[in-house]
Amino acid sequence: MSLVARHLETNGMPTVIVGSALDIVEYCGVPRFLFTDFPLGNPCGPPWRRDLQRSIAGQALDLLGRATAPRTTQRSGVAWPSDDDWRPRYGRVTPEEAERLKTLGEERRRRQAQSKTPG
Amino acid sequence: MSEAVRYMDRTRAYYRALGYPSDYVWARFNEVPFARLALPLSQMRIGLVTTASPPDLGNRDASGQRQVWSGDVEPAPVTLFTANVAWDKESTHTDDRASFLPIEAVQERVAEGMVGGLAARFHGVPTEYSQRKTMEIDAPQVLERLRADGADAALLSPL
Repeated sequence: MSLVARHLETNGMPTVIVGSALDIVEYCGVPRFLFTDFPLGNPCGPPWRRDLQRSIAGQALDLLGRATAPRTTQRSGVAWPSDDDWRPRYGRVTPEEAERLKTLGEERRRRQAQSKTPG
Repeated sequence: MSEAVRYMDRTRAYYRALGYPSDYVWARFNEVPFARLALPLSQMRIGLVTTASPPDLGNRDASGQRQVWSGDVEPAPVTLFTANVAWDKESTHTDDRASFLPIEAVQERVAEGMVGGLAARFHGVPTEYSQRKTMEIDAPQVLERLRADGADAALLSPL
């Protein structure tokens, strides 16, 4: 999505990205970024929380209007409303899972090779 | 304040565990373009862009490749298809479409007068392994569709 934002800006259309993968977006380099520190999947607010979603949309639009230079990142003040410790979870690789992931990768490569075989 | 999750490190470790020999190379640029607002925010029409797919996955072409697609904001879609993109499926869910495509939240800001309007359509852009497809095919299509809708600026919310 960062690449799309860059294309729009290059052609004169201002953008604001609302997202939760701070490192990936900043590594690419985008004009305006509202960082929402949530599990990936709900960049615009926790599910069913219209109040928080409304606040985040307001922050994003405010950033759109206020930023004066590229690479402007703002961290949303909205916190994930749960005690659940989601941070270590996504994409984790534990020793117990190593064998399962290795097998999964082998299956995936086998399927990809088959789909490329003519006929 | 907690430290932000380092998704690039996680992704590298995950794909190494799957046995892939080389790491994904993320896009990186020294120069960042910046378009200034031509109008006050209160007069601007905002277009929305998502990485979700239509519920029927109808944005695939004859070869099965996913393409840019568009949907109406009125009536707003109840759900969109998200299972084909990477998000934290253990920690949350995407049953509430407004949690990743903020149609109602922006409409409320329009009603308050903070922004001038919301474009009649939102646009979906596939997440692709090929950065070239995104840059050369998909991004120009998104721009063309936003302009056709009369959008002055875009809010992009990748899952």
